[in-house]
Amino acid sequence: MANKHTTRPITTGTSVVGLVYDGGVLLAADTLLSYGSMAKSFNTPRMVSIADRVLLGASGEYSDFQEIVSRVEALALAETTQSMESVYDERTLSAKSLWNYLRAVMYQKRSKMNPFWNDLVVAGFENDAPFLGVIDKLGTTLQENLVATGFGGYLAMPLLREKWRPDLSEGEARALLEDCMKVLFYRDCRASARIQLAKVTKDTCIISEPYELDHSNGWNAPSMQRAVGDLDGDGGW
Amino acid sequence: MFRNQYDTDVTVWSPEGRLLQVEYAMESVKQGSACVGLRSNDYCVLGALKRSVSELSSHQKKLLEIDDHMAMGIAGLTADARSLAKYMRNECLNHKYVYGDNIPPAVLMSDLADKHQRTTQTYVRRPFGVGLLVAGVDPQRNSCHLYQTCPSGNLYEFYASAIGARSQSARTYLEKHYESFPASSKDELIVHALQALAGCVSGDDELTKENGSIAVVGKNQNYILIEVEELQPYLDKLEIKRNDDDDAEEEESEDAEAMET
Repeated sequence: MANKHTTRPITTGTSVVGLVYDGGVLLAADTLLSYGSMAKSFNTPRMVSIADRVLLGASGEYSDFQEIVSRVEALALAETTQSMESVYDERTLSAKSLWNYLRAVMYQKRSKMNPFWNDLVVAGFENDAPFLGVIDKLGTTLQENLVATGFGGYLAMPLLREKWRPDLSEGEARALLEDCMKVLFYRDCRASARIQLAKVTKDTCIISEPYELDHSNGWNAPSMQRAVGDLDGDGGW
Repeated sequence: MFRNQYDTDVTVWSPEGRLLQVEYAMESVKQGSACVGLRSNDYCVLGALKRSVSELSSHQKKLLEIDDHMAMGIAGLTADARSLAKYMRNECLNHKYVYGDNIPPAVLMSDLADKHQRTTQTYVRRPFGVGLLVAGVDPQRNSCHLYQTCPSGNLYEFYASAIGARSQSARTYLEKHYESFPASSKDELIVHALQALAGCVSGDDELTKENGSIAVVGKNQNYILIEVEELQPYLDKLEIKRNDDDDAEEEESEDAEAMET
């Protein structure tokens, strides 16, 4: 039987950025869906919450993300109904076990030369500690305090590494992420200024509504100032 | 029991609304030698009386390791038990590979009970002729649990239980003492298990380091098996305890223990 193998992504999302702060985990991603160089959709969420406890975000092929979410939501539901205790005592999927499960899925698909073309970010809060991990299309896993997929790995990670401390407050963490997203909007041509923030703590797991970053000052940046030529103000070189 | 026209197939009901094949399978469990289980908040202990066919033969193993966090004691058809152990070990390994963590015992036991039930509703199969006592630690809730399955597919969770030949004696002992178990230490639990087991020996036999065995799992305790030489110190404690009990109860008259064949 001849099966097609995924060779390239078609409809894509760009970076997902995340960090652990004092009391939880914060993720950010823009809501742009790209179709090659076409900006296809401006309001597509690339992060979802699973079982009100775990955040799952993705960059890369959007249809693969949708399939993964479908499977994970079914898994979370099955988890609540399994076991004789579930009537009295809720059993829910933990972030770490979801991360491991996705690793197994991604690795198996890659081993059949037909990967889910995504970088996945899993975030949660359990056993009184925050959890943040990534899985790539090959099935590689990393558990870290700072994560950034796609272009974020080049543009956002240096900023995160410079500014991050383990005792960041939520406000400081949010400001740092917004700064990263702004830089990504400036320099990643598949990014937009319309972003979502997602937070998971001991008691909450929420994703904000999409909102626009304020980039009105962007053109005033030093790198954007051009010297005007001798001909006094007409922009010639 | 009795032979009649409704007991040949597991898929045939008797007029009294019973599945006789399933009940006959449960008889097989009662023929196996005794196995006890009890737990505290931190540990779960299984004890078993190992039978040997003759003086020349070894004693039949009755306690099996399923995973670091799960132990199983058996009574009945040993071969059926080994088949179930193989299934459970496989499930544990698969779960560990996919989810990176120990399987919650409750989840595995639920699937195991379904596996038992399936055999009671199929024309071509027979029920498993073995009762299991499964001790396990739930990794998510960090709690200890003891479960019992029987050929019918019923699943129960217990604070303490005993199955097999003459196990009523053990159950009576456990009922008497179970309220002290949650606060007991690991060693105290082991001695309780041996004490319960001691009442299940037949006739002139006694509980020795050859025919007794203990398995322990706990919150910070991977599966261990205590047998032969390592068991002797606990058996010695048993003697001391028994003498103390005898002295204390000299004036009391004890209830006659019901004996089960």
